Order: sequence, then C-alpha cells, then structure tokens
Amino acid sequence: MTSLAGFPPLFGFLVTEPVSVSHYLVVGAILFTAGVVCMAIKRNALGVLMGIELVLNGANINFVAFASPYLQSTDGRSLGLDGDVIAVFVILLAAAEAAVALAIVLNFYNNHATVDVDRADDLKG
Amino acid sequence: MDLASQLPLLLGLAWLTPLVSFVAILFFGPRMGPHGRNAAWVATAAIVTSLVMSLTAFFVWIGTHPVVAAHHAEAHASAEAVPGVAHAADRVAADASPAKDEDHHGKDHKDHGDAHAAPHVPVSYSGDWYTLYEGGRLRLSIGWYIDSLTVLMFVVVTFIATCIHIYASGYMHDELHDVTDHEVSLANGHHLHRPGRFPRFFQALSLFCFSMLGIVIAGNLAMVFVFWELVGICSWFLIGFYYERKSASTAANKAFIVNRVGDFGMLIGLMALWGSLGTLHFGDSTAVGDDGISVPRPGLFSLFRPADGGHALQVPDGMVTAAASDEVAVIAADHALHPADASSEIAARIPGWRESGLGGWLLFVAGVGIFCGCVGKSAQFPLSVWLPDAMEGPTPVSALVHSATMVAAGVYLVGRFFPVLSPDVLLVIAYTGGITLFIAATIALVANDIKRVLAYSTVSQLGYMMLALGVGGWTAGLFHLVTHAFFKSLLFLCSGSVIHACHTNDMRKMGGLLKVMPWTGYTMLVGCLAIIGAGVPFVIGLSGYYSKDSILAQALSFSKANPQHSILFYAVAGGAALTAFYMFRLWFMTFMGEPRDHHIAAHAHESPNVMVAPLVMLAVLAVVAGGALPGGLGIANLLEQARPAGTAEGMTGGFVFGESLTFPAEHESHAGAIHVTATLTAFATALGGVLLAAAMYLWNVLSPAAVATALRPLYTFLANRWYFDELYDVVFVKPTFGIAALASGIDRGIIDKLIDGIAWTARRFAGMDAWLDRHLVDGLVNATANATWTVGIRLRSLQTGRLRQYVMFIVVGTVALFALASMAFRVPAG
Repeated sequence: MTSLAGFPPLFGFLVTEPVSVSHYLVVGAILFTAGVVCMAIKRNALGVLMGIELVLNGANINFVAFASPYLQSTDGRSLGLDGDVIAVFVILLAAAEAAVALAIVLNFYNNHATVDVDRADDLKG
Repeated sequence: MDLASQLPLLLGLAWLTPLVSFVAILFFGPRMGPHGRNAAWVATAAIVTSLVMSLTAFFVWIGTHPVVAAHHAEAHASAEAVPGVAHAADRVAADASPAKDEDHHGKDHKDHGDAHAAPHVPVSYSGDWYTLYEGGRLRLSIGWYIDSLTVLMFVVVTFIATCIHIYASGYMHDELHDVTDHEVSLANGHHLHRPGRFPRFFQALSLFCFSMLGIVIAGNLAMVFVFWELVGICSWFLIGFYYERKSASTAANKAFIVNRVGDFGMLIGLMALWGSLGTLHFGDSTAVGDDGISVPRPGLFSLFRPADGGHALQVPDGMVTAAASDEVAVIAADHALHPADASSEIAARIPGWRESGLGGWLLFVAGVGIFCGCVGKSAQFPLSVWLPDAMEGPTPVSALVHSATMVAAGVYLVGRFFPVLSPDVLLVIAYTGGITLFIAATIALVANDIKRVLAYSTVSQLGYMMLALGVGGWTAGLFHLVTHAFFKSLLFLCSGSVIHACHTNDMRKMGGLLKVMPWTGYTMLVGCLAIIGAGVPFVIGLSGYYSKDSILAQALSFSKANPQHSILFYAVAGGAALTAFYMFRLWFMTFMGEPRDHHIAAHAHESPNVMVAPLVMLAVLAVVAGGALPGGLGIANLLEQARPAGTAEGMTGGFVFGESLTFPAEHESHAGAIHVTATLTAFATALGGVLLAAAMYLWNVLSPAAVATALRPLYTFLANRWYFDELYDVVFVKPTFGIAALASGIDRGIIDKLIDGIAWTARRFAGMDAWLDRHLVDGLVNATANATWTVGIRLRSLQTGRLRQYVMFIVVGTVALFALASMAFRVPAG
C-alpha cells in the first residue's frame, strides 16, 4: 500500500487507515479553507456570506466528528465534548447571522445600488 | 421715710444726668439748632439739674447729720447730743433697706463723754448699684461710697461746672460759625478754614462731668480707676480741641502719655491691694452665701483700720500672709490633712509676723502705687510737665478740667484713700507735694503767658494740698482743695475773659485793662487775694486764708514733731510768698499801669454778661467758702465729719525709711503757739510777696528787667522751666526715639532683608520649578501625545475599509496564532 505514496506523506494515512476523526477533520479543514477563500476573494456580498456559511459548517463538522461515539478510538474514551449540542447552536447562530447580514446587504444595496463589498469602504480610516 | 437713705439715689441721678447730655449731644448735637447752638443749653440744663440734685443731697446731709465745730476742744461738750440724732437716722436707714446690699457705718460713739477715748467714726453709706462680675475673689461693681466729702465734692464739681458751662456758651461762640484758625497754616499758604465745633465742646464737657462725678461717688477702687481713665480721655479731647494745631495735639498726647506713667503705678497699687486682700471696695458690706448665711465682707478701710484695734492703722491679715507666703506654705504642708488646723495656726501666728514687719512693704507699695496715679493726675513732681502744656485747650477747659476738678481728682483720691496710707507713704506724699509746690511756684514767677502763670500756680497749689495730706492734715488738704477749686476756676475764667478781650495770652502786651474791664479786673483781684490767703489775721479772711492757714499750721505742727523734716514747713512758707508775688505780678501786669500795646488796649472790651455772671458767682464763693456760719456750718467742719476713722489721733510709725515719724493730730495745730505762728507767717509772707510785686510792677521802684539781668542765670533757669522738658527730652524722649530708630533699623536692615531674601530664594526656586514644569513634565506629556498621534496616523492606513482585505487579515492572523500556539505548546510525546 505504500505505492500510494503519491500522496504527501502527511496525508498518507487518509487512505491507509480506517475512517476516523482525522478524516472528518480534514473535510472540515477543507470546508473551512474553501469558506475563507470564498470570503476573501468574492466581491459579491452574497458570495462572502456563503463563504461564512462554509466556514461555520466546517467548524460544525469538527464538533460533530469529535462528538460521535462511532468515531472514537478503540479504548472507548470519549473526548467528552457535547459537540452535537454546540453544532445545533452554531446552526442557530448561523441562521441568525445570515438574517442580520442579509438585512445589512439589502440596506447596503439600497444606499449604493450595488452589493460589491469593495465599494463598502465608508469605514476607511 | 428717711431722707439720708435717698442720698445714693440723688447723687446717682446727679452723676448720670451729664451722661444723658453727652449721649444726646453725641447723636443729635449737630442737629440742635443752627450749628448746634442748642447743645450748650442741653449740657447746661444737665449740669444745672446735677447741681440742683447735689444741693438737695447737700441739704439732706446737713439736715440729717448736723455739722458742728467738731475739732475744737470746747465744742466737744456741745456736740454730744447732736450726733445721737444722726445715729438714729442711720439705724433707720440700715433697717429700711438691708436687702439692697447697703451697709452703713453707723458712727457709734460708745462713750460720748470722752470724744478722745472713743475714736471718731465717720458716717458713710456704701453699697452697689450693679455688680458687673463676681467670681472667686473678684467682685467688680458699680457702687457708691457717700460721706460728707462725697456730698461736698458733688456740690463743688457741679457748681463750678455750671458756672463754666454758662461761661463757655459765651466764650465758645466763635465755634458757632466757620472758623479760620490763624494759628494753623496750610501747605498752600492759607490759614485753616474749618466748620465750627460748638456741640463737640459741650459733648466732651458733659462726658467730663460724668467721669469726674463718677470718681467722686465711686464705691471701690476699680470703679475709681475706670472713671480715672475716662477723665483722662476727656482731658485729651479737650486739650486737643483745636487739634489741627500741632501744639494742641502734642499737648493732648503729652498729657495722656504722662498720665499713663502715673496710672501704671496705680495699677501696681491696685494689684497689690487686690492680690493680698481680695477686695477693692471702700466700705463694708455683707454677702449672702449659697447657704443663706450672711458673711461680712469688710472693705479696705475696715481691713486697714479694724474697729477692734481702735481704728489704728495696721497691716491687714491678707497682706501679712501674702508677705509670709513661705511660712504659710510650710504650715499648710504640715497640716495637709487638716486644713482647719493650718488656718487656725496661721491665724495664731499672724500677730507675730505683723510684729516682725512682714507685709509692711506691701502696704508701702500699695500706698505709693495709688499715689503714683495721683501724681500723674494732679500733675505732681515729676509728672507735672503736662499741665502747663494743657493750656492749649480752650480757657473754660483750663478752668474746669485743669484747675478745679480733674487735677483735684488726684488730691481727692489721696484724701479718700488716706486711712490706708502708712507713715512712710505719707512722707513720700509730703515731699512730693513740697518739691512740686516750690518748683512750680518758682516757674510761675517768670512766666509771661497769663494762662501758664495760672497753670503753674495750679501745680503749686496742688503741691500744697498733697503736702498738707502728707503731713497728716487731712482736713487742711481737702479744705484747700475745695477753696482752691473756687478761686482757681475764678482766676482762669477771668484770664479767659482777658484773652477774649485782647486775643493774646502774653501779659507783656496787656496793662491798664482795669478801666475797660472793671468786672473782670475786680473779680480777678478777689481771686488773687483768695489764693494768697488774704485776711485780717485772727479775725476774718477770704477762703484761701482759712485753708492755707490750716495747711501752714499742720506743716508747722509736723515740723515741730519731726524736726528733721522742717524743710517742709519752709517750703510751704516760702511757697506762700512766691504765690503772692506771682499772682500780683499777674494782676498788676494785666490790669494796672499804662497799656503796653495800644492797639490791643483800644480794642479791649468787657466780656458779655453771660461770661461775667459766672465770674461774680465764683468770686462770691471765693470770698465766703472758707468761713463758717455761727452754728459751725462750714466746709472745714463738714469735712471733719468725713475724717477717716482713727486719723484724728495722729499717728506714729514708719520703717521703710528707717526712722519713726510722728504725725501730730490735726486739731493740735489749732493750739495757740502753732496757730499764731502759722497765721503770722502766712500773713507776713503773703504781704511780702505782694509788696515786692507792687514795687516791681506797680510803683516801678524796682525794674523787672534790671532784676532779671542781675539774676540772669537764675532767670534763664526759671524761664526755661527748670529745663524739665529738656531733661525729659534727653532722658526719656531721645532714648525712646533712639531705641525706636534702632528697632526700626533692625526691622529694615535685618528682618526685612531676611524676609526679602527668603522671598527672593522662593522666587528663584519657583522659576526653576516652572522651567522643569514647562520643559520636562510638559515635554514628556507632549512627547507621549505626539508619539500616540504619529502611531495613530501610521495605523490609519491599515483601516482601508476593504472587507476582503480584513478577512485576509483575520485569516492570516488566525493562522499565525495557530502556528505560534502549535509551536509553543507541543503535545508531549507519549
């Protein structure tokens, strides 16, 4: 199986090992990174908001992964995080945040006739 | 109702009426008629009211205490029955008002058969109207002490004051309109022009009468002292009445300051008395304690001359224990547990201590201290320098304040205080009086200012009175005080009349005025005759004849008893000759001969009736005041009623000067040998003085100028007033100025410099501090602000407002934080 060494050595375990927390963490990290990049490069305010959602959900995957009993290590010890609960909170907060952010975006549109965040430089020092 | 019990009320009202007038003029004076003209009426009405009440009191007195010729041996028998009446009256008064804290020395002749065996005790009434303060041993009160001397002085003061108020309402008429004072030149070359001060004059005069009567009626020494000072301030007001004149304001200050010197001694005397005896009251009284038990509070007179000791002078217990304080402390320590034993042992040892002379010095200090005040007020040597200068005041003031009453206060107090004075103190008084009378009389010989002659004459006559008191002549001294008050105020008012007519004080510009001013001239002649004691020897005479004779007789009597002090008699006799000379020199120069200044003589005129009337009234009294009515009613006999207990018998003693003095009883001076010698001496000396004056100034057989040239050094010496002012200038004034200059130099040169230096240093330090503040502290603050500003400006560019950039910052920051954290916190292996 070492022929699969085309992977970088750091991530080789993803294909050699059974699915564990680490796999979920990688997915979460990818989602987080995609969200951050989306936030950083989108000029459209709605795109930025989507990026935020991605970041939040990347984090949620981490919570859920750490909380799942199926993904525990063999010694049966749990990390003890009530990740499910926190994930529900994050979803809730993301909904509220989206509502507020969409309201801000609508207002911004009303004032500037655009949703381009590069035009939103009123707070420039 | 007993009339005598009304005396405090009568005299109290007579005393307070002038105060009412003073207050009224003080507040409403300028509104009393045009230029305050009616102030004169207010003041005169007040003093006339006083006079009427005083006279009422006087008649009440002689009605309830009949005056008899007491001190002649043959009169004793007839006198017996009469004092008995007075006793009854006293007892009624004592019974009628015991609650008024009023106490009477009933004169209690146990044995009327022998007046010499039973000591004479004067009738007196004393008590308090109002207690100002009472606490511990200190009791200050407004009270009265009334005997025949008080009553007599009230009449004399109010009568003379009345005459002078009337006279002054004419004399001061210049003050009724604006006055141009020709003696004051202003900087612009003009004379001072000021509004008249008519009400002010009468205001001060009223206050003066109130103060003087306050001294006379005072029931304790503290009250005497208060009114003593009030009299002093009135004198200051009145001497300085023309206060724009430098000479007047200086004279006022001089009088006040010189009097302070005497009053300092008086304060010491008061402290010696109060500190050792705890009372300043003259008369006895009773205090009702908290337990309702009456405790007798003996006054000064009873303490010094206790009745159980036959009223002989003794050092009081308080003074003995004060002097023996060391032994007292030892005894008190020995009996610390039984204070009663200690006090009884102290009481038992007091007679022994007294025998050994303890407390005698305290007695001496008390007497001399009180006398010091009298020296100042009565212008005795060495404090006599103020009185002649006091002639700067208006003439009525000179007559009232500086001849008849205020200066008499000193003599009065010595007389009042006489029972307390020990032989040594009396000797001091006698010599002071003798020196004063001689010095003042010699200065008066050559003075040319008419008022100054009279001023020195006043000083000299006061010396007579002091000497008389000092040689034990209580009646003689006070008798002369009364008669002198009449004729000296007369003389002063006459001189005022002359000055009013001539507008000058210089006798060398007068002469021949008798033709134009007959009233003034003849009344003044009466005054001159009275003061030299003119009379037909052994028959009759003017008032001065009686009083001066009794002084001479007592001085002679004293000289015979104490031959080493016979110089006192020569002083009196020589003074009599000098008095006669200078008084008639004055009269001849003023009224006789040819006018020396025709301009003045042509304008001279008799004074208005309002000024002449008092002259006549006073002249009448100057003639008759010395005599006695057939029944014995006369001033001398009236005074004899008030003679302090125990002083009629004479006195021997004295230890301070290391010799025993004998004070002969005053009635011994009426014995033939002494009386005849004294009368003839008085007559001869007076006649000699008058004849010499007439020879020099009337008949021109002896030229005054030639005499002055012949006795040039003496004349210069006297004309310069014995150089007293110069002496005091050198001894006191110059050193005072020197010390003041030194103190001022220290003040300016050292203290001011020190303070300036401190201020300079503080200023320098403040400058440094300010520099530090500006440059260091401010600089630090500014630098901080600048740095913050610069940083803020730099950081500003970070705030681009670009959302995506912010996101990048967040991501990069977060990643950096994670990287740092993962490097810092490695999970330990295993």
